[in-house]
Amino acid sequence: MNEGLGSPMPRRDGRIKVTGAARFAADVKLPGLLHAALVTAPIARGRLVALDPAPALAVPGVARVLTAADMPRFAAVTTPPMATAVQPMQDDVIRFEGQPVAIVLAATPEAAEAGAARVAARYAADAPLLFSGERAEVPSRESFYVFEEPDLARGDVPAGLAAAAHRVAARYHQPPRHHNPMENSATLAVWEDGRLTLHTAAQWTYGVRYGLAGALGLAPERIRVLAAHTGGGFGAKGYTWPHQLLAAVAAQVTGRPVRLAYTRAQMYTMTGYQPEVAQEVTLGADAAGRLTAVRHASVSNTSLTDDYIEFAHAGSAGMYATPALQLSARMARTSLNIPMAMRAPHEGPGMFALESAMDEMAHALGMDPLDLRLANHADADPSDGRPWSSKKLREAYGEGAALFGWRERPRQAARDGHWILGTGMASCIMTVFRFPASARITLRADGQVVLEAGTQDIGTGTLTIFPQIAAGELGIPIERVTLRHGDTDLPETGGTFGSSSTACVGAAVQDAARKLRARLDGIAALQPASLGAPAEAPEALLRRAGLADLSAEGRYEFGRPFDAAGHAGSHAMRTFGAVFVEVAVDPELGLMRLRRAVGSYSVGRIVNPRTARSQMIGGITWGWGMAAMEASVVDPALGRFLSKNLSGVAIPVNADIPADIRIHFVDEVDPHAGPLGAKGIGEIGAVGVAAAVANAVFHATGRRIRDLPILPEGLLGAGAG
Amino acid sequence: MQPFTLARPASLEEATRLAAAGAMPLAGGTELLNWMRLGIAAPARLADISRLPGLDAIAPLPDGGLSLGALARLNDVAAHPAVRAGYPVLRQAIHKAASAQLRNLATIGGNLLQKTRCAYFRAEESLPCNRRAPGSGCAALHGLNERHAIFGWTEACVATQPSDPAVALAALDAVVVVAGPAGARRIPLGDLHLLPDAAGAAADTALRAGEIIVAIELPGPAPRSAYLKIRERESYEYALVSAAGALVLDGRTIRRARLALGSVAMKPWRLPAAEAALAGLSLDDTAALRAALEPAFAEARPLSHNGYKVPLARNAALRVIGMIAEGHAP
Repeated sequence: MNEGLGSPMPRRDGRIKVTGAARFAADVKLPGLLHAALVTAPIARGRLVALDPAPALAVPGVARVLTAADMPRFAAVTTPPMATAVQPMQDDVIRFEGQPVAIVLAATPEAAEAGAARVAARYAADAPLLFSGERAEVPSRESFYVFEEPDLARGDVPAGLAAAAHRVAARYHQPPRHHNPMENSATLAVWEDGRLTLHTAAQWTYGVRYGLAGALGLAPERIRVLAAHTGGGFGAKGYTWPHQLLAAVAAQVTGRPVRLAYTRAQMYTMTGYQPEVAQEVTLGADAAGRLTAVRHASVSNTSLTDDYIEFAHAGSAGMYATPALQLSARMARTSLNIPMAMRAPHEGPGMFALESAMDEMAHALGMDPLDLRLANHADADPSDGRPWSSKKLREAYGEGAALFGWRERPRQAARDGHWILGTGMASCIMTVFRFPASARITLRADGQVVLEAGTQDIGTGTLTIFPQIAAGELGIPIERVTLRHGDTDLPETGGTFGSSSTACVGAAVQDAARKLRARLDGIAALQPASLGAPAEAPEALLRRAGLADLSAEGRYEFGRPFDAAGHAGSHAMRTFGAVFVEVAVDPELGLMRLRRAVGSYSVGRIVNPRTARSQMIGGITWGWGMAAMEASVVDPALGRFLSKNLSGVAIPVNADIPADIRIHFVDEVDPHAGPLGAKGIGEIGAVGVAAAVANAVFHATGRRIRDLPILPEGLLGAGAG
Repeated sequence: MQPFTLARPASLEEATRLAAAGAMPLAGGTELLNWMRLGIAAPARLADISRLPGLDAIAPLPDGGLSLGALARLNDVAAHPAVRAGYPVLRQAIHKAASAQLRNLATIGGNLLQKTRCAYFRAEESLPCNRRAPGSGCAALHGLNERHAIFGWTEACVATQPSDPAVALAALDAVVVVAGPAGARRIPLGDLHLLPDAAGAAADTALRAGEIIVAIELPGPAPRSAYLKIRERESYEYALVSAAGALVLDGRTIRRARLALGSVAMKPWRLPAAEAALAGLSLDDTAALRAALEPAFAEARPLSHNGYKVPLARNAALRVIGMIAEGHAP
């Protein structure tokens, strides 16, 4: 049976996704449905002085306008699962542009939208607070967003730098970038007999349950959260946002089902974004290129009310062997909405800086950038000396370099007409996040298998991978496995984020399937088949035993206290890789295009090479966006994201992505990360790409670009003479 | 979006009468509906002209030129054999515009009436913008103006016109034929779009109340022509700068040059002095070509964040000549 771990099963959800048959949260309809439209503050900071709903109520079809006065007082909640500590519509303070101040409810979406445009609100505006590294502060450990130490020091960095034969010190910067998923977040909320049901766009159904239970003071069991399909997440739908809370309350107040769907503009202010990050990296190396010290300091912007922070040094903590390491992360408050984890958080921004600096060091040393990485390979975790759970980064470097032809590349930039071709590479690293999970598997006497887990489908391949694992364990064709998912009535799992689902939910599925097999074996032992009979199918055994079905529950757990990032274990867990790119630069026109790329990864066992390859191509595409175009620019006078639509914010299109992207996985099983031997791969593909591109631009033109994105303005005239 | 009524005029005359009474003409709908969604326009009435007979015809003119019916879809214009053979600059400009799906809906007449892509103008709510809310100021003048004008702006408005086909049509000396309550008239494409004035800056075009574009007339073919569009992504993106060029050559010598730049002003920006200076130069004398172009850019007035557009536009103009010389166009 070639359908278990390691088989390249095609996506089972491919057809419903491309035909439009898959139903998303905003597709759900109920009788008596009210459509909600939010009125949002147009100022970055200040106070709501007056709000007159009368003109909105005059619009035909508008049923109700809810203001802060209509809201219950929400209880204090932890972040996460709530995205922000301060909920909207509880007072008259405006803390970011786009903050909801009223909800218009109407019989049609058009009437609600027309009503929202007519609500008359007056504001007293204060000056916006803009990003400044000068105001950096240490985050509060009260927030669960602060899951790492803001400071980490090992060894003597000043001494390491003083002893270095070569030093590199440089500053790097990237602007805010939004997730921009295809599906705008939406929730349909309905109350029945004191129980709340939500159909919602979510990466974590159980998280929405816990968030709303806390805010509304309800027992979690009274809230059911359904997310059949989520149209892209990337971190924007990981936690509980205003569309879920306000839809629930509006449905409660009106006694009718309420659908609240964000506009595209609202996606920019109520689902987070990767923050602005300013970084400084200082490296010292001896004459042979061995690092003597690594210093990495970063400041990222956060909101007025929450301590979200980007641990940009997360990669530097684990990447290279060095006797001295000094890392710090700080945050600077701004009057923008809260930033949020975005594919790939922490290592994504941080590795742009570290891997650009490593390229600068290679240039200073006159050393091949790949050789510099190999010379500094960390055989144990450089931050605490623990052994790795598994690591085949040397193989990933070597096999990736061979696929790319790195060693044979032209040392001087090549020309192709007006284009100058440059090559660059970077290392990749990602934290391994793990969350407990459970799953139930039921074999029916007709041979069908039902697999149940609360986990979500955000487009990453989980609808294929979990049935694939079950089918492989049970030795049956995948066609006989049905997955029920996306529902808090099903066994609990964690969020589909942190590159965790395949390894963790998959482990629970495997456990359930093995327990089911054990129960089948037990039945077979009690009721042995006649001697010499051919092997019996499990469903035949059930029928012979007179059972309609047989279930087993599986779990994936690890020790307490909760330690998602694996800091407390005996082994340090990371995923690793290397990315190689060739870019073309036309300095007269400021143009830059990706010609080809190779991503080579050491990430544990690959459960499904086909969906895994898609994930990595998506990650490299995501990284190209970071390198070449993405920026959510903030108007300094207005203190708002200037463009809040996809025609004003560039993200890559198909035409930007060459066919020649090759993905390679080193043959590897991680014996410590979990029973599957797998680790997460959802995010590492996006890591390192921006640095590899900037390094290739340097190779092509001699111009070092340390501010992302790399735009025509920055490339014009590069390499002249 | 506000409620509106939809009229379906049966004739051009009825359409212009409705338009004169305040109805906004609706053709492909790819732009007008954006205005209505964003609150840039809130017409009480639309006049759907998309089914008016005969207005999508592409036909030769007696003088050797070509008439493009205003309702011809962009992709149909680009695919027409006469455009393919005689007007590569227009074909290329269309293929670089919007997306394939939009080009299947958008009309060549409507495309010329696009409003600026200035992010302040296009915001989901009204920001300081004289073009959107007269008298509210121009947030871009001292704000984020990387993509804004380097020619022909005023303190009231620093936006640019975004149409790709308009730049090609400007280089081709196209004429816009309009019908209106007072009859038909012809507007040279270079006079269709209005630069901002010192105060209001609200009027985009020279069209008068009730006037509807019925055709765009091209003079004789310009087989040696090309369009260059510069943008940070490869497709489905507005230009940072674009350049349209049409040359008449005698061997490797330029007899006549026509050049227009896009996304540098509120109208396609012709370079008449440079065009004159290019006449008689060899395609192979890059230094002389560059010198002929240079004075036009000395007149540029960049804003606080778009100084890069001046060398970029100059390089684009030079490159488009090179594209024609290298035979990028038939």
